[in-house]
This record gives sequence, C-alpha cells and structure tokens, in this order.
Amino acid sequence: MNATAVSDPSKSRARWWRSRSARRFVKNRLAMVGVFLIVGLMLACFVGPHLLPFDELFIDLRARFSPPGTGAHIFGTDPLGRDIAARLFHAGQISLLVGFFAMVMSTVVGTVVGIVAGYTGGWLGAALMRVVDAFLSFPSIFLLLALAAFVNPSPIMITIIIAVTSWMEVARIVEAEVRSLRDRDFVLAARMVGLPRSQIMFRELLPNVIGPIIVAATLTVARAILLEAYISFLGYGIQPPLPSWGNMLNGAQQYLDKAPWLAIVPGIAITMAVAGFNFIGDGLRDALDARSDQR
Amino acid sequence: MLRYLLVRLWQSVILLFLVSLIGFMVLNLAPGGPLSQYTLTPGMTKEALDRISEQMGLNRPLPIQYLDWFWNLLQGDWGKSYRDGRPVLEIIRGHLFATLLLMGSSTVLAVMIGTWIGIHSAIRQGSLFDYITTIGAMVTLSIPTFWFGLIAIFVFSVGLGWLPAGNMYTVGDGSVGDYAIHLIMPSVVLALVNVAVWSRYMRSATLDVMSQDFVRTAKAKGLAPRRVLMKHIVGNALVPMITLAGLQLPTLLGGALVTETVFTWPGMGRLFLDSLGYNDYPVVMGLLMFSAVLVLIGNLAADILVALVDPRIRLD
Repeated sequence: MNATAVSDPSKSRARWWRSRSARRFVKNRLAMVGVFLIVGLMLACFVGPHLLPFDELFIDLRARFSPPGTGAHIFGTDPLGRDIAARLFHAGQISLLVGFFAMVMSTVVGTVVGIVAGYTGGWLGAALMRVVDAFLSFPSIFLLLALAAFVNPSPIMITIIIAVTSWMEVARIVEAEVRSLRDRDFVLAARMVGLPRSQIMFRELLPNVIGPIIVAATLTVARAILLEAYISFLGYGIQPPLPSWGNMLNGAQQYLDKAPWLAIVPGIAITMAVAGFNFIGDGLRDALDARSDQR
Repeated sequence: MLRYLLVRLWQSVILLFLVSLIGFMVLNLAPGGPLSQYTLTPGMTKEALDRISEQMGLNRPLPIQYLDWFWNLLQGDWGKSYRDGRPVLEIIRGHLFATLLLMGSSTVLAVMIGTWIGIHSAIRQGSLFDYITTIGAMVTLSIPTFWFGLIAIFVFSVGLGWLPAGNMYTVGDGSVGDYAIHLIMPSVVLALVNVAVWSRYMRSATLDVMSQDFVRTAKAKGLAPRRVLMKHIVGNALVPMITLAGLQLPTLLGGALVTETVFTWPGMGRLFLDSLGYNDYPVVMGLLMFSAVLVLIGNLAADILVALVDPRIRLD
C-alpha cells in the first residue's frame, strides 16, 4: 500500500505523475489504447455535433435509409432520414454522462458501505455484507428492467437505477481491503489518539484504499454504459426522441436486411467506449498494484 | 462437513429473506403499487378502489403485508397473472424448459472452449496465443450481447441464410434436428461472454496450481508432463471453477434474457419482457424472485460440490 500518502499526503500528491505507478500505466500499451479510445470518443461526442451540417432531430424523408457516405451523411441516415452521425454523437453525450454519473453514485454508496462494514465489522458489518449478497443474487438486468418499468424513465432516473444495481462490487472490494487494514498500526494509533470513528474511516482508511476504488470505479463506468445500452435497447431506458446508443439500436433489428448500418454503427460506438474503460481499468489495476513493483 | 452444510444452508435462508425484502420493496414501487391493474381500468371509482384495496388487505401495515406476501410465496402461491389469470408459478414453469435448454447448452460450450483456452494460455504464458486471447477476452466482455446477436443474425440469417433468425422450432416440424438448428446461434451468442470470463479465470487458476510444490514434486519424480498437466494441474484448477460457475449464474440469466429477446426464444427472459409490456406485474415480480431463488440454489449447490471435492474447504 501507499504508505507515503499517509505520512505526507501533500508531497506524494504533488508528483503523482512522476510516480512509478504513473510510469507503469503509460507504458501499458492496452491502457493507452483505452485512453486514446475514450478521449477520441469524448471529442467526437462533445465537439463533433458542432462540426456536422445536420441537427440530430432534423427529419429529411427524401433521404431515408441513405447508406453511410451518402453526401454529407458520413454514417448514413435512419428510417426517418435523420443523420446517424449527429444522433450518434448526441447519444454518446447521454450514454457517457449516464455512465459517468452512475459510476459516481455507485462508487460513493459502495465506498461508504464497504468502509463502514469493513471497519465496524461485527453484527453491522455482517448485515451490510449480506445485503450486498442479496442484491448480487438478482440478475442485474432483471432488477434494472423491473425498476425501469416502474419509474419515470428520465435520464436522471435511469442513472439512479443503474447505480442502485451496480454499487455492490465496489462495496465488496472496499470491505475486503478495509478489513485487512483495520488492525494496522496507523489505525490503532489513530484510535488511541481518540479520533472519532468517522475520521478514522474516512480520513485514515479511505486514502489507503483509494487505488482499488479507482480501478473499480473505472470498470463501473464500462458496466454502466453497457447496462444503459441493454435497457435502452429493450425499450425501457432513455426514451426517444432523446437518442442514446442503446435506443438507436432499438429499431435496428427490423431493418437488418435493408439498412444494416443502423445496427452496426451504434454497436461499434458502445463496444469502443466499454472496451476503452475496461482497458484503462485493467491498466490502472496493474499500475497501482504494489506487487508489480518488482518489475 | 455436516456443520458446514448447516451453516451454509442457514446463510442461504437469511439471503432468501433479504432477497424477498428487496423484491417486496420493488413491488411497492409499481405505479399504484399492487393496485395498478385496477387504477388503470376506465370508470373505476374511488370507493371501488378502496373496497378492492380492503379485500386485498392493502390497508394493513406494510410489515404485515410483507409477511403475508412472503408466506404465500413460500407456500407456492405467487399470485395470478393480470393477463390471463393463470397462477404465476405455472406460467413460469411453462417457460422454464426453453431457458434451461439455452443456458445449459451455452454453458457446456463456454466451459469446454473456455477451459481449453485458459489451460493453453497458462502453459504458454506470455506467448502470442496468450496475448491474443487476453485482449480477445477483454474486447468480448465489452461487446453488448444483443449487438453480437444482431450481427450474427445479419451474417448467418440475412446474409448467408444458413441459420434461422429466431424462434425455438419451425411450426409443423419440431424434430430434434430442427430444435438443434434453432439453438445454435442463441447458445453461441450467449456462450461468448462466458467463454471470455471462464478462460480468464481458468488461466489464473492453472497458473496458481502450476506454481505449487506438489506439481514440482510430480515433475521431479519423473511423471510425463502430459500426465502432470491433465491429472495434477487441470484437476485442481477446475475446483475453484465450480464456485465461479455459481457466481456467474446471475450474469448467465441476465444474458439469457437479452439473447431470448433478440432471437424470439420463448423462455423466461422473453416472458419477462412481454409481461413488462402488458404491465403484468405479478409475473414480473414472480420472475424477479424466481431468478434470484435460482441463483441462491445454484450458489448453494456449487459451494456444497466444492466442499465435497476439496476437503480443505469446510468453513473458515
């Protein structure tokens, strides 16, 4: 674990980019591919729409089902003649934002539950972890769809219910880490000085488990983007006319023979985003793992 | 051993209780709660609603309602479908076979291919094969199952015309061969993600066992490398995979739901989505609880099996 972060946080924070972890991360080719994918997608989604001649809601019935590369329609048009590139980039903004904020929420919840369960232990800790197990017993798509059908499917609600079904992994990881740190000297010292529990948990223990949390959080973004795509594809996620990568695929199946690009283009975008975050998360895990120091 | 079984069983009972609590909370989230069916009926008066609510016992305190609901659940009374009034459990039973067939065949596929890939990338750690399968697994885990299904339909049904695009059998045929042809694409699509997961875990389990002393001893006493691999390494590496199979059950069920939708496969996932579309909440809730119970039983079975196979694992 990162002992310097405890003894002198300001110093280690000031040069984290020169640390061994940072160097290991940059040297990891797959992780850099991930960074490249995500930066590229973010640029395309947030800058791209301003460069395109079409609005994502502009309907041109004469240009229905144009294949990619027709005129200025680089990715073609959909059954209403809307430009797919414009819709894809706008959808990307929504999918990425939903993924990001679902990650933030589930990481906060998972971290708090994990730290409390791991540090307190005993009756409360066991009860909290059984709740985690219970949530993990539901196939997340079943739970997600049931919730999505019962609430108003605004992007915010979708983000919340994705977070509700994905905080458990973080909680498990944090709980295990905290449990292994609970009886270390620095915690005993903090307890002896008389620091309140909350301070020990969130000032002393939290900085020491931040590595695994960052890794889990990155992988959670990938998971959240996938889950959003699943439920939107099935018609219970982000609702049209607001585009998301998932709901762009919603109608694609019936036009597979006529306009396969309707299915292919958004699918590639989802795969790129999810793979990007998975690559980064995996690279971070290798980079932050103290055991890989020997190399 | 007996003590292990009892403790493990007790844990499952507690989990079942917690799972049912979550289920009950979701049920009460439904618009209008369990009354939704009637509030949507045109011409429904406030008085009539109150009367129904009283008949259904909805004016009682929530904890009592919960206990009542849970008690019925345990006795096999899972409510009746809003759509056709049949008991929920009976409807689920009608769709169970299709889902189990799909899950079973794809698991067999995934285990065979994943185990093979895992062993080979472990004994040739750092080779090109290892590198490619590692990246391949990570990319595969990033592809949405339904999209892979769409692409498979596009290539093999729309493009090549080799395989049917959906359903479990051709109406009027229904021979074993006909079932098999319909089963190929959905089970391969569903297996894909599991091959990725399985091969990763099998690789690290194999590496774990390979570095242990008894393997060195086996090699040192001059056993044929192939025999060491098959008997000592693979045999031991497979033990943690039983637990993994249990843990993967929720993912497998969720994947089955999506795959069934894409391939119009008449299983539980398809039923779940249809019921959602009709606001048939009893069936939705039934399937939610049923899948969770299936997962609990699966995990319990996996843990018992591991304890039988590996005498070292009996409670910690």
